[in-house]
Amino acid sequence: MDILGTLRDLCLESGFAAFFVTDGGWKNLIMILIAFVLLYLGIVKKFEPLLLCGIAFGCLLSNLSYFVGLGENALYHPELWEAFLDEASPYYHSYGHIMSNAGLLDFFYIGVKAGIYPSLIFMGVGAMTDFGPLLANPKSLLMGASAQLGVFIAFFGAVLLGFTGPEAASIGIIGGADGPTAIYLTTKLAPQLLGPIAIAAYSYMALIPLIQPPIMKLMTTDKMRKVKMEQAREVSKTEKIVFPIVVSTFVILLLPSTAPLVGCLMLGNLFRECGVTDRLSDTAQNALMNIVTIFLATSVGATMVAQNFLNISTIKIIFLGLCSFAISTVGGLLGGIVMYKTSGGRLNPLIGSAGVSAVPMAARVSQDVGRKYNKTNFLLMHAMGPNVAGVIGSAIAAGFLLSVFG
Amino acid sequence: MDDLVNISIADAGIVTLLGYAVVFIGLILLMAMMMIMGAIMVSRAKKAAAAAPAAAAVPAAPAAPKAPAPGSAGELKLYDTDPRDAAMVMAIVADTLGKPLNELRFKSIKEVKEDEV
Repeated sequence: MDILGTLRDLCLESGFAAFFVTDGGWKNLIMILIAFVLLYLGIVKKFEPLLLCGIAFGCLLSNLSYFVGLGENALYHPELWEAFLDEASPYYHSYGHIMSNAGLLDFFYIGVKAGIYPSLIFMGVGAMTDFGPLLANPKSLLMGASAQLGVFIAFFGAVLLGFTGPEAASIGIIGGADGPTAIYLTTKLAPQLLGPIAIAAYSYMALIPLIQPPIMKLMTTDKMRKVKMEQAREVSKTEKIVFPIVVSTFVILLLPSTAPLVGCLMLGNLFRECGVTDRLSDTAQNALMNIVTIFLATSVGATMVAQNFLNISTIKIIFLGLCSFAISTVGGLLGGIVMYKTSGGRLNPLIGSAGVSAVPMAARVSQDVGRKYNKTNFLLMHAMGPNVAGVIGSAIAAGFLLSVFG
Repeated sequence: MDDLVNISIADAGIVTLLGYAVVFIGLILLMAMMMIMGAIMVSRAKKAAAAAPAAAAVPAAPAAPKAPAPGSAGELKLYDTDPRDAAMVMAIVADTLGKPLNELRFKSIKEVKEDEV
């Protein structure tokens, strides 16, 4: 028996050697290091840990298993999904081919590809969201609309930087500050960019307390920041029950492509408000949301294989994502300032920045910045209005982009 | 717009403006619907509030009781106490007891002066 030969074969077949002997294997090693950094950010720095931990671990697993059995035992197979999307391939849109060759993370990814997970997450978000502040002050919707500025400016910027129309639309939606919407639209329009877009969207959402305050300070005066807002009117139970039905009907008729996201968001909210489906509301908010988050995060992380992630496009996406977030904040604040002027100084424009969605983080930032300038100011509930308006606004923006490029 | 994949800068500009306008128009229409809905609900609530004391006044003819605020457990009497301080006291009591404020009933709050202790 050739012991030395056997040992050499064992070494060469190991994943450790594969990093160096396989063509481009070092790139997977870099991705594993990136996964470690993301795990650090999620666990130690607590940047959106519920999602970032899963995304980072999915990235780690797919890059670790990339070499195992030369792809036979890999957990995620990018080549299967390339064939799935290639119109010239015999396996174009063939879930059967995927199912018969898939690794574990490929199975998880089917839920992303079919748009199931983002919609279910939206159902949970709807079940957790109180639209009362928006109902009490419907003008908040204007700030939610103006805060979508970053989506379209980043789209334009992405086209200028050489991205295709569908890719630019997927990059632009990062400015909607809404993870499930970004994942949903990207899966439909530019699935090859899913990894970097999801990372950019969730990282910047976690960094909202750092990104927004300097812009808020720059765009508002001391007088504006100190404005105390009157208490909003009380919203009746009937209004809260009718709201999801009206919004679903109206928005889906306006933009049918928003149906999965808006439909699920409002179904979850109806479960919450109608008073006769407490069990369903509880499940949508907790158990279902947690299960779907696990599948969504790990499968999105799995798409971050080196071959798709380590390129110049990722750097451009990270840059455009930051611009998109910042410009959306500017848009929301501009909406707030216009409303401050038109209301005779009764509205605090700081709540405009909450129009970027990112519920409830952006509203909390408005509250914190407001209190810094007036200790007796409580802007949180006022900021929740534009904040939830931003969710509807980003879903409409995504629906528009999907109907144009889809 | 011929080629949406390799979109030209001019077409991208049109999509940018059109998209932003669609978001605004959609949300403005939604706002209008919500305002109408709110106005209907508020007027219904006002009618109901106006009808309630009138109905209550029928059996007890001379003194119609003042309608309490929704969810109120009655009137709170304040003796030498600022309403803001009273609100704070009630919030602290509710927090200490671990009970929601609307499940507690405060009848009166009186400031105890130092020389009274």
